[in-house]
Amino acid sequence: MSRSEHLRLHVPEPSGRPGHATDFSYLHLSPAGAVRRPPVNTAAAATADLARSLVRVLDDDDKAIGPWAPQLEADALRRGLRAMMKTRIFDARMLLAQRQKKISFYMQCLGEEAIAIAQAMALEPGDMCFPTYRQQGLLLSRDDIPLVELMCQLMSNEIDPIKGRQLPVMYSYKRAGFFSVSGNLATQFVQAVGWGMASAIKGDTKIASGWIGDGATAEADFHTALTFAHVYRAPVILNVVNNQWAISTFQAIAGGEGTTFAGRGVGCGIASLRVDGNDFLAVYAASRWAAERARKNLGPTLIEWVTYRAGAHSTSDDPSKYRPADDYSRFPLGDPIARLKQHLVAIGAWSDDEHERVEKALEAEIGAAMKEAERHGTLADGRVPSAASMFEDVYKDMPEHLRRQRQQLGV
Amino acid sequence: MSHASDALRKTPMTMIEALRSAMDVMLARDDNVIVYGQDVGYFGGVFRCTEGLQAKYGNSRVFDAPISEGGIVGTAVGMGAYGLRPVVELQFADYMYPAYDQIVSEAARLRYRSVGDFTAPLTIRMPCGGGIYGGQTHSQSPEALFTHVAGLRTVMPSNPYDAKGLLIASIENDDPVIFLEPKRLYNGPFDGHHDKPLVPWSKHPMGEVPEGYYTVPLESAAVYRAGAQVTVLAYGTMVFVSEAAALESSIDAEIIDLRSLWPLDLDTIVASVKKTGRCVVVHEATRTGGFGGELAALVQEHCFYHLETPIERVTGWDTPYPHAQEWAYFPGPARVAAALRRAMEA
Repeated sequence: MSRSEHLRLHVPEPSGRPGHATDFSYLHLSPAGAVRRPPVNTAAAATADLARSLVRVLDDDDKAIGPWAPQLEADALRRGLRAMMKTRIFDARMLLAQRQKKISFYMQCLGEEAIAIAQAMALEPGDMCFPTYRQQGLLLSRDDIPLVELMCQLMSNEIDPIKGRQLPVMYSYKRAGFFSVSGNLATQFVQAVGWGMASAIKGDTKIASGWIGDGATAEADFHTALTFAHVYRAPVILNVVNNQWAISTFQAIAGGEGTTFAGRGVGCGIASLRVDGNDFLAVYAASRWAAERARKNLGPTLIEWVTYRAGAHSTSDDPSKYRPADDYSRFPLGDPIARLKQHLVAIGAWSDDEHERVEKALEAEIGAAMKEAERHGTLADGRVPSAASMFEDVYKDMPEHLRRQRQQLGV
Repeated sequence: MSHASDALRKTPMTMIEALRSAMDVMLARDDNVIVYGQDVGYFGGVFRCTEGLQAKYGNSRVFDAPISEGGIVGTAVGMGAYGLRPVVELQFADYMYPAYDQIVSEAARLRYRSVGDFTAPLTIRMPCGGGIYGGQTHSQSPEALFTHVAGLRTVMPSNPYDAKGLLIASIENDDPVIFLEPKRLYNGPFDGHHDKPLVPWSKHPMGEVPEGYYTVPLESAAVYRAGAQVTVLAYGTMVFVSEAAALESSIDAEIIDLRSLWPLDLDTIVASVKKTGRCVVVHEATRTGGFGGELAALVQEHCFYHLETPIERVTGWDTPYPHAQEWAYFPGPARVAAALRRAMEA
């Protein structure tokens, strides 16, 4: 009999660190157009291959190919492109404002714009998203949420719609189908399932869309959400944005090594897809597929969006400390804006000139909005919501003890 | 006879029946009320509080949930945001910890962080307290973990009449309500004398419960027993334990049943302590950091110059709830009576 081996603890490591480049072969990409598109009433177990492969539509020649290529008018594609550009320019301007100390903190979604924006375009009015802090694209894809108002939230100024109570980017917009961002991780994922269950209980037609990052899938709430979504066949899209990094923690530490996050869904009896998150057309097509399943009482769909967090986690983070500084330039799925732009150019629906014109117009629009927002104060100049308002909305009606405490503060 | 007087006709109920009646009334009155939790559907709950409700209202309004307190409360937060009024049951208060993040970080703060854009009008029911040989996992009284949290309401009834009226008021309330049910009182007003036969609710005036809709307001304490010598602040099972202690010690104690722990009815407390000049705080939960400390501090802040003697606390010991030593742990009438006597010295 052989001698017993000494046991070893396995601690996953990314293939790249500062000083040596990442080997992205761990992503196991599929060629564009190669992955089948089953009917929406497919059985969850029959999606096992879709949870391992990668749905892609845009090929290396900027053509939309394969069964997932959506029938989208050029006009809709241009709207999507414009919304992604708007989001990127907005993020860049807010990073600048943070460096100018007009806002305390910011989180950009650089490189991930396609996911929130294409899904927003695939949903219907009345649907409700339960986002994390990196889905500002859900709001910026809309024309009915004023940029000034978003900026006032970011600066926690006198007309911040949530009265300075939350960190920047923790927006709340019921009227835009955007649930209040908690700041706690994963809690919203199971709430999205509950919201979808409520719609089903009421015999309504609205569906929910829950959002989570690769890192937070390790929280119990993720697994709980999958169980409840499956048990009650909740009308919900369960989005896992796998941007490879949770602050400095590589996705393998969240459990992505040698498996996929989409695979978790199949194990729970949920139809699941793994999709190129930097491919606007693939995101739109997969979101439509999932939304149609939900609307037809076919239950939840889990979608893992493979993407890359091109920027820092937040303005408090420096990713060059833990990953190669040029990592994003080697990421094999590219830049979602460049890819959709090239596709539009290839089909004769866009040009470099038009792109530049829109970019300039958006920069001007966002610059003007910032000027207007700053008129209502910034965190730096102290024109913030009143201290007295701090005691409101803890309860629907202010109890006696809070009245007394407000008096003690003398406001 | 009018419809209204029909609804107010009283009938003897246990606390279990009163709670069931409250949910029945609200399920009938409001389509947005739904009831779910572990074992609550077909079976009707391990304590039978939801028996018959699924058959009456259908399985989309009364249903079983997976064994996941975090999932039960987390989905309820989403349902509340949608516009429903979920009434969820956690099988024992001892099992609430996996739901604590959803209660504290989500349900309690949703209105605040969204400036009322979204709210969580949930009622989270959970049986609490010992006296049933439940050991450390079926006996806890975690009320202080809720009263400490801004944005929550914490309620604990002591009898069938209040249980029904408070549960209806909780379901109708737009804030999240933690509804703690002292399980030792489910079938009768237990006074701590575990070696004596249980008196059923049918022999107690508070076991007479209207069949229809009524409320007992939140933030309102009851003077359960009027007295002149010392004020006892109690809730749940300890109301009856304190009553027994007053009778056995022949001390004329005024027993305040808090009913709503937080936000609470401070005026009733202050009026009583100013009258008696003495105060004993009683709860079953562990002592250190317990809600009794907050009550003692409030009495000190508002009644200091009226106090004749130091405020006394009678509580469970600072140990996990033991199984075999249950009655050594439980703050029974003898311990409360001793505190009453100390409060009367000097």
